[in-house]
Amino acid sequence: MRVLVALSGGVDSSVAASILIDEGHDVVAATMKLWGGAQDSGCCSVADVEDARWVARQLGIDHHMFNFTDEFDARVVAPYVADHAGGRTPNPCIECNRHLKFDRLMHRASQLGFDAVATGHHARITADHRLLRGVDRAKDQSYVLCHLTRGLLARLRFPVGTMTKAEVRERAASLGLRTAAKPDSQDTCFVTASGGREQFLGSRIDLHPARVVDRAGVTLDEVAAVELVTVGQRRGLGGGGGERRYALDVDVRNRTVTVGSLEELCTAAVALADVTWVGVAPAAGCEVDVQLSAHGRPVGAVWDGDGVRFHRPERRPAPGQAAVLYAGDEVLGGGTVRASAVSVPA
Amino acid sequence: MTVYLDHAATTPLRREAFDAMLPWLTGAFGNPSGGHRVARAARRAVDDARETVAAVLGCDAGEIVFTSGGTEADNLAVAGVLAATGGGAVCTAIEHHAVLHAVEARGGRIVGVDGDGLVDLDLLGASLSADTALVSVMLANNEVGTIEDLHAVAAVMAAHAPRAVLHTDAVQAAPWLDVATLGAPAGLLSIAGHKFGGPQGVGALVVRAGVPLVPLLRGGGQERERRSGTHNVAGIVGMAAALAASAADREEAVSAVRLRRDRLASGIAAALDGVTLTAATAPRLPNIAHLRLEGVDNEALLLLLDDADVCASAGSSCASGATEPSHVLAAMGVGRDEARSALRLSLGRTSTDDDVAMGVSSVVTAATRLRSPAAVAR
Repeated sequence: MRVLVALSGGVDSSVAASILIDEGHDVVAATMKLWGGAQDSGCCSVADVEDARWVARQLGIDHHMFNFTDEFDARVVAPYVADHAGGRTPNPCIECNRHLKFDRLMHRASQLGFDAVATGHHARITADHRLLRGVDRAKDQSYVLCHLTRGLLARLRFPVGTMTKAEVRERAASLGLRTAAKPDSQDTCFVTASGGREQFLGSRIDLHPARVVDRAGVTLDEVAAVELVTVGQRRGLGGGGGERRYALDVDVRNRTVTVGSLEELCTAAVALADVTWVGVAPAAGCEVDVQLSAHGRPVGAVWDGDGVRFHRPERRPAPGQAAVLYAGDEVLGGGTVRASAVSVPA
Repeated sequence: MTVYLDHAATTPLRREAFDAMLPWLTGAFGNPSGGHRVARAARRAVDDARETVAAVLGCDAGEIVFTSGGTEADNLAVAGVLAATGGGAVCTAIEHHAVLHAVEARGGRIVGVDGDGLVDLDLLGASLSADTALVSVMLANNEVGTIEDLHAVAAVMAAHAPRAVLHTDAVQAAPWLDVATLGAPAGLLSIAGHKFGGPQGVGALVVRAGVPLVPLLRGGGQERERRSGTHNVAGIVGMAAALAASAADREEAVSAVRLRRDRLASGIAAALDGVTLTAATAPRLPNIAHLRLEGVDNEALLLLLDDADVCASAGSSCASGATEPSHVLAAMGVGRDEARSALRLSLGRTSTDDDVAMGVSSVVTAATRLRSPAAVAR
């Protein structure tokens, strides 16, 4: 089989490539150039490309660069900025997987005559094209793969999904790969560690101060940038000595952050937009486990056809975040958390 | 059999260059800066080469400065004149990055071009001032092949910035054009050995008498204090032999390569819809066919061609090795999406009729595949 492996310059994709080679496949590597900015970290710096090229050379396979910067800008960065401008908290990794790795890259691979695409994600694909959590629970990445479908899974390979991270590093070390001890990538790749989200967004949109109010509308404090506040956030909202206050709602238009107690933050249900299913959509009333962040704890809920109803109240996820629905280890699908319908003053 | 259609990137070493270099790689050696007989022999070889290069380029031997290549020659011209004069630089928007980035780094002005890539002489005049020390306009563009009229450029300079020096990057022109005549108005002129059948890693900058120049590299004071560093004797000797040989067979080679280039371009245009020939009506190099294939992603096209054993290129590459949308096409008013459909096929003296036939059929097959939605499940 001809397999195109997306080599990021990290240890997981390096080992994924080596496994496919050992399995006897005809493997070609490609690194996606996604971001042209002056970022100091992330998945497409020149140093990472060097690592990818070096690994490909060590493994004896061809390596290509794919320039997808325009698509990344249009499908990931621009929506990220627009979401923050609207008071939502997006998950750019999910959008990147959905639009770049598992659309643009797979399209390119098909054009070039490849039978499959492989990545270094920690998740498993069953023989009948279902998506399962990775064996290493601490490194499981199934959450950010929630928009995959069976049709795509049939043409995908996640060779390290059945391994623990320690096993991946061990294999990389035994092969003498220079990525063996490379630290895991962190955070949003296009936002610099030094400048942070504030600098990134501040150079693209106007950031506005906002009032911090309680649910009765009484002003308690101020924040410098309403676009940087996330629902569920506790820090930076004042109220030092008293009861802990959480952001319940972020209203960019009215420059208002509504805060309340942990009890008030909790909700019994979350409405979802843009829901996709790996396979057949489950019937309303179906029992699911819901995960509300990349490494969050799954909680019991019922899919009601429009969103999920928790068995016990849960902290309200920020609008724009993904809710991923599981049945045990299996990813059923996922969607984007809609703006909260909680009763807060306008 | 690999079909190589990327001679503008680099072209094979000529036999004449190999023969001239061989003694200096297999026994003969010497540091030309020394005083003894071994050194003097190396010195003679370098100066013989200098004379050969000067004769082809139409200058005095003392005006030749050997460098490590075209990039160094371009950087030396820009940085050297600005450092010596304290003035500013102006260049066209379609210069090779070796000029463009050197000018931009020093706060220079960039002048636009028309849809064929010809420098806009009115804009050029408007961007010149008494403070302008250097104007850099390439003799022939490396991507689309457009040939600039340096005599016209010099006339504009005489009117608006009489003290400014004209530099021309003649790296792509050297294999195919009479550089001595077309480049005569330039006080500084860059060439690179590997573009005309010499070895990689060697080039030259012509520095006409009276042109103020501060060196980039300081040290032993070689090249009359203009470029320190021990000479690349074999490289210099090989470059000179290749340049002399390519000047000797130029007329014959130009007519042969132009015929093949035109067959290549017209063969593709006849078989595919939506093919635009870039700079079709401008004076341009005889070996470059620059095409835009509507609806074809050039990154994918180049990989399919590579699979078919056909080497071609598009635009230039960034530090990571990814293909970047061409700044040359952007300057010519070609939109970003359309620039992503650009393909440069460049022929050389070793190109054959079979290369042309294989080039046409491979491009047509690959473009047809990429345009066909049925071939790709998304």
